[in-house]
Amino acid sequence: MDINKMDIKQLAQGLRAKDFTAVELCGHFLSEIEAKEPEINALITVTSKVALDEASSCDKALAEGQELPILAGIPFALKDNILTKGILTSGGSKTLANFIPPYDATVRKKLKEQKTVLLGKTNLDEFAMGSTTESSFYGPTKNPLDTSRAPGGSSGGSAAAVAAGEAPFALGSDTGGSICQPAAYCGIVGMRPSYSLVSRYGVIAMTSSMDQVGPLTRTVQDNALVLQAIAGHDPQDSVSHNHPLPDFSARLGRGVEGLKIGLPLDHLETKVRPEIKNAILKVVANLESQGAKIVTLRTGNLEAALPAYYLLTSAEVSSNLGRFDGIHYGYRSKNYETLEDIYYNSRSEGLGKEAKRRIMLGTFALSSSFYDAFYVKAQKVRTYIAREMAKALEQADLILAPVTADIAPKLGTTKSPVERYKESFSVVLAPLAGLPALSLPSGYQVEGMPIGLQLIGSSFSEPLLYQAGEAVMALNSEEKGS
Amino acid sequence: MSKYEAVIGLEVHVELMTEKKIFCHCKNEFGAAPNTNICPVCIAMPGALPVLNRQVIDYAIKAGLACNSEIAPYSQLERKNYFYPDLPSAYQITQGKHPLCLGGHIDVETADGKRRIRLNHIHIEADAGKLVHLEGEGTLVDLNRAGVPLIEIVTEPDIRSAAEADAFLRKIRALVQYTGVSDGRMDRGSMRCDVNLSVRTTGSEKLGTRTEMKNINSFNFVVKAIEHEFKRQVEILESGGEIDQETRRFDSVNNTSSPLRSKEDAMDYRYFPDPDLVPIAIKPSQVEQIKAEIPELPDVRMAAYVKRWDLSHYDADLLTNDIRVADFFEKAADKTSYPKLAANLIIADLLPGLEEEGEISLLPRQLADLADLLGKEEINSNTGRKIFKLMLTETGELDPGAYVKENNLAQINDRSALEDLINTAIANNERAVVDYKKGKEIAIKAIIGQVMKATSGLANPLLTEEMIKEKIAEIPD
Repeated sequence: MDINKMDIKQLAQGLRAKDFTAVELCGHFLSEIEAKEPEINALITVTSKVALDEASSCDKALAEGQELPILAGIPFALKDNILTKGILTSGGSKTLANFIPPYDATVRKKLKEQKTVLLGKTNLDEFAMGSTTESSFYGPTKNPLDTSRAPGGSSGGSAAAVAAGEAPFALGSDTGGSICQPAAYCGIVGMRPSYSLVSRYGVIAMTSSMDQVGPLTRTVQDNALVLQAIAGHDPQDSVSHNHPLPDFSARLGRGVEGLKIGLPLDHLETKVRPEIKNAILKVVANLESQGAKIVTLRTGNLEAALPAYYLLTSAEVSSNLGRFDGIHYGYRSKNYETLEDIYYNSRSEGLGKEAKRRIMLGTFALSSSFYDAFYVKAQKVRTYIAREMAKALEQADLILAPVTADIAPKLGTTKSPVERYKESFSVVLAPLAGLPALSLPSGYQVEGMPIGLQLIGSSFSEPLLYQAGEAVMALNSEEKGS
Repeated sequence: MSKYEAVIGLEVHVELMTEKKIFCHCKNEFGAAPNTNICPVCIAMPGALPVLNRQVIDYAIKAGLACNSEIAPYSQLERKNYFYPDLPSAYQITQGKHPLCLGGHIDVETADGKRRIRLNHIHIEADAGKLVHLEGEGTLVDLNRAGVPLIEIVTEPDIRSAAEADAFLRKIRALVQYTGVSDGRMDRGSMRCDVNLSVRTTGSEKLGTRTEMKNINSFNFVVKAIEHEFKRQVEILESGGEIDQETRRFDSVNNTSSPLRSKEDAMDYRYFPDPDLVPIAIKPSQVEQIKAEIPELPDVRMAAYVKRWDLSHYDADLLTNDIRVADFFEKAADKTSYPKLAANLIIADLLPGLEEEGEISLLPRQLADLADLLGKEEINSNTGRKIFKLMLTETGELDPGAYVKENNLAQINDRSALEDLINTAIANNERAVVDYKKGKEIAIKAIIGQVMKATSGLANPLLTEEMIKEKIAEIPD
């Protein structure tokens, strides 16, 4: 019995068959963490005591013969921008390095109710802004597949924890690729759900109009199970979708026969590394051989998506991070005499470079003289992108696209911010349009690193994405070693 | 007509008396121990999200309808970004481009007559917390008020005087009290006012440069601030100077003002739609339903008073500006044959000392009885006012009729009872008689005074005067 190879269903069965207790299962992952963390640095906080308490409470319930949800007793890790009552929630920032929240985020509450076991809080780029975890106050996380490389970001700690076998699943958050991109770099499965499907309550806001929490797992099946547990209406989130939840696993096992899969050729021709393009075309060919219908998508020009995304995210960030001013929240500089000093010095000393960059960009974009030229224009582009994506999804059931232009970058690579921003061209489309995107390994590698791909569907088409995703993963195992 | 006129626009903030705050479930109450009515949402804890309280919308619509505004079918909440220690999120959630209530107007009544003040709009927003400056402890923050729902009523620059501004504010207070959306108490800060004022040559169409005075919290201070600022601007213009566009702080204690922020330092609030909140869509049926809940408003009552009880517009306005007073007056007026006398007593002796809150401390029946005694000339007006004051302060239910009897306060209307006293008074005041005969009418007052004194103020003053005149006429020149 190799716990590391078991998926959530198997672990749940093991618990019920008394092959192991929840405390033992928890202990297994805590020792994995202890062994691997010194190198990987996926976790900002390891919550051993909480984990063991939650595990023994689960064991007790199992011993009493209680019917428990499938996730009961399953350990997991939570991105450190998701609030945990009584446990440090730093957002990866110096400014919140001593913030102990008095309440739980809705997703944490839901997972608590399911009797899951919290192993720790995962590393991230400061306030989820970045694509490598290098902007974290707690230092970068290393990619478990090649520790000289970044795990991606901003949910790099969550992706690395799962890929390293430190946790069976983790939650990340995605604003403009922060789940999909690290999942691709680490060779795991990440779901960015439809906007409004998962509650944002208790998640430190970055870009409120795009932030979504989603699962990072080793398998598609696991991903659907976790999403089932965290999705659903939350009266505390005004934009929360108020409809009955589908069974996210309902379409698993149906294969791809008859599915219309759209391919945005423009993206492949010009922007991605040839090996990535080839991997995607091979997957497409295989899906076609299994009965999928491949459609070449015709869309308008999507080039403006990237600048629009960065304008909107900066604008909202500049407002959302205002509260870290050293008065009620955030680091307070020791160096002050006046109120203005507190504001200037606390923010100067407490916030990192990328946070400051976006605050300044956003402040500018929202200033009264430039509001129409930047913020309003970007919102129009967003509406246009959403329409173009909707049109594309009229031509196909889902879109198959690359996640990244290249494999995980080496840590410490110096790139200009604009170059870094440009790498997100493919992962900002779904968030801008509020659509779900499932990132998963293509089964192919280059330089020993996995090549990911993403499936984008219409709003609330997650069951369909899981259906197709599972088929892609099934090809993976057939193609192993190629 | 004076050379200059003031052009005034007001921004009136009114706290709504909803049960809960605007974006969370915390109690909306005044006077709780500091930082007790708070939660992650209203203190802007990271991760917390606002959810709009529907009652706030209903109340704001009610206020809007009372102010003759249109209710926008689509409106939006925006963030107004700035840093201040009473604002933990560093942005206030308010409305900008798309407010809930559009336009509107309010008619005000001053001694100069009636004028219509147009509204630009009314929007909803969240209040900030409160800074408390404590000697020795520095500045402390109380966030109980953070997230208390407000409406901001923004006028066009239609107000021309301090008296009009005062009448406008009193009318706003009346409207929010009548509709029950606020207690409208300036003394508690549930109503506060920003004054925008410029000065121009009377009759000119052009607007001068304006200044703004923020957060004035009493009717009296608004009047003082306007008078002060008008005078200041006129003096500058008269001496050939120019007005700086700026925000000024009015010091109500010393009746002075000083610049707070110049135009150059004006804040850029970086308004944008709050992505945490969905747009507000109002159906016509919702507006109709709220309209049906609005009680009779002061203007309607005022017109009724003028018609039914023959009161002047000005007096009717004074009576209807406070719903407690209006209700009280109506009840009393129904029970007396002399409603106008009841109105006079209220205006002269009840209104000036009336607290902003609490019950009126006498019964309509008492006032009605007193008005009857006056009307039937059973007591004179001096005695009437004395008894009225007594009834206001006396805790027991003083019966004016019985009181008059017990204390022998009945007016002396009997000619024979006055005859001797009048003769004596005339005999004692030869000088006054001479003066009066020479045409100095006022001289008679001395003689009346003496009669009043001799009767302990109980003589019927009109009858006394009439009898004195008759007697003097009999005296040969």
